Amino acid sequence: MRPGRPRAEAREHPLTGFRQGIEASIPALRRYARALTRDAEAADDLVQDTLVRALRSEHLFHGGNIRSWLYTILTNLNRNRLRSLARRPAMSPIDDNDAPDAAGPEAGSRDIERALAELVEDQRTALLLVVLEGLSYREVAEVQGVPIGTVMSRLARARLQIKAYLDGKRLSLRRVK
Amino acid sequence: MIDPITPVTEDEFHAFVDGELPEDRRDAVEDWLAKHPDDAEQVAAWRTQADAIRARYGAVANEPTPERLKLDRLTRRRYARAGMVAAAVLAAFLAGGVAGWTVRGVSTVAPGRFDPFTAEALSAHRLYIAEVRHPIEVKAGERHLVPWLSRRVGTTLRAPDLGKFGLKLLGGRLLPGLNGPAALFMYEGANGERFTLYSSTQRQPQMAFRYNVVDKFAAVHWIDSEIGFVMSGPADRDRLGKIAQSAYEQLENRAPARRSDSGQLMSRRGS
Repeated sequence: MRPGRPRAEAREHPLTGFRQGIEASIPALRRYARALTRDAEAADDLVQDTLVRALRSEHLFHGGNIRSWLYTILTNLNRNRLRSLARRPAMSPIDDNDAPDAAGPEAGSRDIERALAELVEDQRTALLLVVLEGLSYREVAEVQGVPIGTVMSRLARARLQIKAYLDGKRLSLRRVK
Repeated sequence: MIDPITPVTEDEFHAFVDGELPEDRRDAVEDWLAKHPDDAEQVAAWRTQADAIRARYGAVANEPTPERLKLDRLTRRRYARAGMVAAAVLAAFLAGGVAGWTVRGVSTVAPGRFDPFTAEALSAHRLYIAEVRHPIEVKAGERHLVPWLSRRVGTTLRAPDLGKFGLKLLGGRLLPGLNGPAALFMYEGANGERFTLYSSTQRQPQMAFRYNVVDKFAAVHWIDSEIGFVMSGPADRDRLGKIAQSAYEQLENRAPARRSDSGQLMSRRGS
């Protein structure tokens, strides 16, 4: 089962359906933001900012795929967020209690979360838009404002790095046993 | 299968996993993977990653939307917040509890103390309310008054009804403002007192009521959806506050400013 390909109704929205188009996109925006930030509170903040900005910028939306437009706003806001986070003093490392939970039932989902956290922002964005949000390569290229070739290479690097991370995890687990 | 196959690229593996592969390349990729276990393993690993990501985050989309993300609430809150501040400021007017506003003879405040936008509005107010014969350009009765000013300012304006304060709309005029065309509506009471509502583009964050006094005149300034408003009248903070509040309430649901229009219209239509 492959959920996540965008549904047809969100694609073509006449300007009259602007508000409804935004409303229908909220669940997907929350999902994307959650995976981007891996923090429920920060994710909903991001969605809220996106919605406020979108509602205020109705006059800048010239038809087309409203969901892609919202993904673009959210992606840019997240970039700003990370930039301002980077200026703050570093938080304590999250890898403190790696060992105890590594083999628990949630280990798989926690691993993928950490693997995502390791990625460079642009690679994470490209991967999530394709895999989780079901955007086409062309749509991702528009959201990120880069050629399709760049999207492809970000995707390739993201997948390579996640694989390396998960393989490394498995190796170290085997060594412990 | 035996015919010379165009070599399969790594990009095609990704496209294959993501459902982006053109139909006519599918067989070639599948054949290739059948013969190259290393590549097949890689593709399988990517699929596993994708499944793990969807398993981890997919369900978020099924959660009920939290209250704070509901559109009605977001739009209501934007106005409600400004409204609450406005109400608080109004209460301060009435109670007279805020230093600076309470001091009698605030008229000593230098004009430079307040923002240029209010200064602009107040000077228009003072100039035109003194006019006996031509205080306005277009009379209230003329139907094109509001549409014309709206078009020039670049937003949907409304001339609020201030009848409950005994004020009647005389009409309006177009003025050159700091950031573009400005509209001035003028109201008159039975005893001849005059109030004006000045509005023009002001690309600044939402701002609640700000009260200023110069000589016999006072102004209440607020910003809503990138349009600045200034209600000016005789320096009676209680009355002016209530009038501004009423105007604010009547105006708060107007359409947002249209960025490009006013400029275009300005260059197209000279009048």
